[in-house]
Amino acid sequence: MHDNDNGTEKKNLFHSIYLIEIFKGMMNTLKHFWLVKKFTVQYPEEKLKAAKGYRGEHRLKKDDQGRPKCVACFMCATACPAECIHIKAGEAPWPDRDKYPEEFEIDLLRCIYCGYCELACPCDAIELTETFNIVSTTRGEKLYNKERLLNGK
Amino acid sequence: MQINWQLVIDIAKAVIVFFGILTCIPILVYAERKICAYIQDRRGPNRVGPLGLLQPVADAIKSFFKEDYTPSHVDKVLFTLAPAMAFIAPALVFAVIPFGHLMEIKGYKILPQVFDMNIGILFVLMIASLGGYGLILGGWSSNNKYSLLGGLRASAQMLSYEIAMGLAVISIIMTAGSTRMADIVGVQTQGLWGTCIPAWNIITQPIAFIVFLCTAFAETNRLPFDLAEGDSELIGGYHTEYSSMKFAMFFMGEYLAVLTMSALIVTLFLGGWYFPGITEVGNTSLLNGILSIFVFGTKVGMLVFFFIWTRWTLPRFRYDQLMKLGWKILLPLALFNIILTAILGLR
Repeated sequence: MHDNDNGTEKKNLFHSIYLIEIFKGMMNTLKHFWLVKKFTVQYPEEKLKAAKGYRGEHRLKKDDQGRPKCVACFMCATACPAECIHIKAGEAPWPDRDKYPEEFEIDLLRCIYCGYCELACPCDAIELTETFNIVSTTRGEKLYNKERLLNGK
Repeated sequence: MQINWQLVIDIAKAVIVFFGILTCIPILVYAERKICAYIQDRRGPNRVGPLGLLQPVADAIKSFFKEDYTPSHVDKVLFTLAPAMAFIAPALVFAVIPFGHLMEIKGYKILPQVFDMNIGILFVLMIASLGGYGLILGGWSSNNKYSLLGGLRASAQMLSYEIAMGLAVISIIMTAGSTRMADIVGVQTQGLWGTCIPAWNIITQPIAFIVFLCTAFAETNRLPFDLAEGDSELIGGYHTEYSSMKFAMFFMGEYLAVLTMSALIVTLFLGGWYFPGITEVGNTSLLNGILSIFVFGTKVGMLVFFFIWTRWTLPRFRYDQLMKLGWKILLPLALFNIILTAILGLR
């Protein structure tokens, strides 16, 4: 039964007899009960693949000689709105570049996964992977150092 | 000393039925959660035990081990009494429901009914309304405004709907000519107009069936008439202050009420234990008796499914809609049905 704003009742017999509308609703839920596919993903057993472009755990890339691509230009640390990237630059041991990161640390507890570091990087050295289940039992584990970022473990 | 075996059978029956319906509660809880999940395109509990079957057990253990907290501002006696009343009343209703055909084993008569009372249906109405007291007292003794509002709503709802329920039952009594439950089932075992269609009251009394069904939902405090609980507006309604096993008693009482109401609807409208071709009237063999209990159980199961299905389909009625439906639609409809039954002399 629909009540209008002025308190008078709309006279619609079809709606006033609840039973027909109820029957329609019951058929709808029955359809869902029997026919509609279940949406639940049984998480630990089956995992959804993150969408392309998903911004998850960070990773530092290596070049074909296994050296980090990063040249410690501080572009990512500057672009970072959460100020979670801490780089300590050093003299590069290789002749093709001046600097390399002696230390490269990302504080995942501060990180907001905006992906600005990825966009800012001129050498395509940092990347946000599609790994979404980042779990740790201590705060310290969330501070990713260079080895963790380069090797993923 | 001579043992009165008939008495032993009677006591055993009462014990078996009581524990039988207690066993049904976890099954109902599991069914509710599974059906609700499937209606909402989910999977429901499936981690505890195979297919999640041990989930109700886990729930029960949790309820037992939670702190049984009694707030300092409550009326202690009524606060403790209320959940018991909400639980016992629906359990008592089951005592007069005949759930099978009479069996005769070695001369001993076993009637699958705890107490064959000649005022059966009146007893049911009386005890069923007693269940409302559990809710009202629970709401009042909690000394909490949400609980009080819940209890208030429960009392208003009970009043409005029990009249329509009673009147719907009157037309059933008119067709059966008796208030004994066995007689009400008895008249439904005959063929309708000389055919093999059973004269179930759902066919001869469709209006009474609809009225009784609506009031049964109100009586069990289930959606669409769960205003006494009204989680979205009253937190938990009458059971806001309850925790641990006291809350579980209300919870179990609700499912017990669903079970007994389903059994009652089966007895009054769906021919009880009778199904043409499966159970025979007057056959007192063990097989016929077991088949009749099985038929009754299946019917009750289907109605329980209907109760759950409805709950996950319909939204809650607004309070004024509830009152309007009770007093302006169901009550006149039930009265009209009595007159109609009297004029047509159905049966």
